[in-house]
Amino acid sequence: MSTEFRLKTGLADMLKGGAIMDVTNAEQARIAEDAGAVSVMALERVPADIRRDGGVARMSSPEKIREIIESVSIPVMAKVRIGHFVEAQILQQMGVDFVDESEVLTPADEENHIDKHSFEVPFVCGCRNLGEALRRIGEGAALIRTKGEAGSGNIVEAVRHLRQIGNELRRLTILTDDELMSAAKELRAPYEIVRMVARDGRLPVPNFAAGGVATPADAALCMQLGAESVFVGSGIFKSTDPEQRAKAIVKAVTHYRDPAMLVEVSMGLGEPMRGLDIATMPEEELLQTRGN
Amino acid sequence: MGAIPEATTVDPRPGSAPSPAPPRIGVLALQGSFALHAAALRRLGIEAVEVRRAAALAGLDGLIIPGGESSTMLKFLLEEDLFDPLLAFHRAGGALYGTCAGAILLARTVENPAQESLGVLDIEIQRNGYGRQLESHVGACSCSELGEPDLPLVMIRGPVISETGPRVEVLAEWRGQPAFVREGRVLATTFHPELTDDTRIHAYFVEIAAEAR
Repeated sequence: MSTEFRLKTGLADMLKGGAIMDVTNAEQARIAEDAGAVSVMALERVPADIRRDGGVARMSSPEKIREIIESVSIPVMAKVRIGHFVEAQILQQMGVDFVDESEVLTPADEENHIDKHSFEVPFVCGCRNLGEALRRIGEGAALIRTKGEAGSGNIVEAVRHLRQIGNELRRLTILTDDELMSAAKELRAPYEIVRMVARDGRLPVPNFAAGGVATPADAALCMQLGAESVFVGSGIFKSTDPEQRAKAIVKAVTHYRDPAMLVEVSMGLGEPMRGLDIATMPEEELLQTRGN
Repeated sequence: MGAIPEATTVDPRPGSAPSPAPPRIGVLALQGSFALHAAALRRLGIEAVEVRRAAALAGLDGLIIPGGESSTMLKFLLEEDLFDPLLAFHRAGGALYGTCAGAILLARTVENPAQESLGVLDIEIQRNGYGRQLESHVGACSCSELGEPDLPLVMIRGPVISETGPRVEVLAEWRGQPAFVREGRVLATTFHPELTDDTRIHAYFVEIAAEAR
């Protein structure tokens, strides 16, 4: 692993066992930090609002990002559109700590993702399966997260993606060396990375969950399914009591195997965000199919 | 990352008396790089205990507080009744080692911004002393206590130790400031040996924990 890449994955290592929360302004960022978030994700609207309002969703404005950076001491992430390397250049220049090349925003390039190796700032990317994860790592992502279905308040897609990645990882480990080139072809992923993953039985970068987390139980479910941290988008600030829910999700991520603690933190939280039934949603409204 | 070096502790020489059982080491597992610390200890032949509640401190000889976000870990210490049990663990003779966020939690005084800390290590420390992630860097620092080669140093949004008290030994410096310090049974590094394959600092801590019991 190169020195530069070790610094990028090193920050992701420090965020393990934590909750990363979507925020749109300084006030929300402070609420997240006070609740114990390990990082905040700056974006112009939370995914549930992007879904409701439609239109083109872009990188948050530099003023908002500056305001959020100045209001908290924890690392600040921000989203850019898939393939929009100039939005990423702007975020790097502003000192953002991690860039999320995200399907939640409207893609800027329908063929190519950003060449993430050419940046000093680390990138996180979403994926639904092992092939997508390894392609993003091949492009230089230092952290992988599930796509789930952002803004849905429904955990079903994040669960599907976590199980899919775990299942495909385990399959790779039982292949013989001469079967790996064919596996790489099927995964549409770089052969060298496929070989490394088959040997180690795990991704070469941390793997977090995202997309549809609305309750402490959802967060603990993702952790028990192998996620190393949890991103929470609309789930906090679309609930009736963001402060309490944010705290509860932070605690659920740490105590994810402790049912007594999960009972305790799940009480007195008010109403979670309203969820969507993904099975009845039209295909074109899904965010997870963007950028494969 | 390169080859994993041979374990440097627990090396019973042929003909000598059987070595005593290794000390029991815990890793504070609220958040951060705790699994990487446990992996480093495993390479030394020690199975670490993950500590999420105060009850898990019972019977431990040493505890590592990992890297991560100090503000997040501090909330757990204060709200889940871990702060006083950690102080009691220290008073009762337990050894402590903090890396990065862990060093911040051990310090007497925390700045940038100020926050509460355990105060068991007489240092003043600046959070994010080098700046943001783009200022994260690697290097190597010499340490006469641990000998050759220099210690590899990975600094991730690292803190800077701006003051040390009279009883604090500076074991290694980086860019003119203390980066590896010891006060009795308390160790701290502003960098992350758990992100490298060099286990000498972990082995050094295990020895301190063994002497402490």
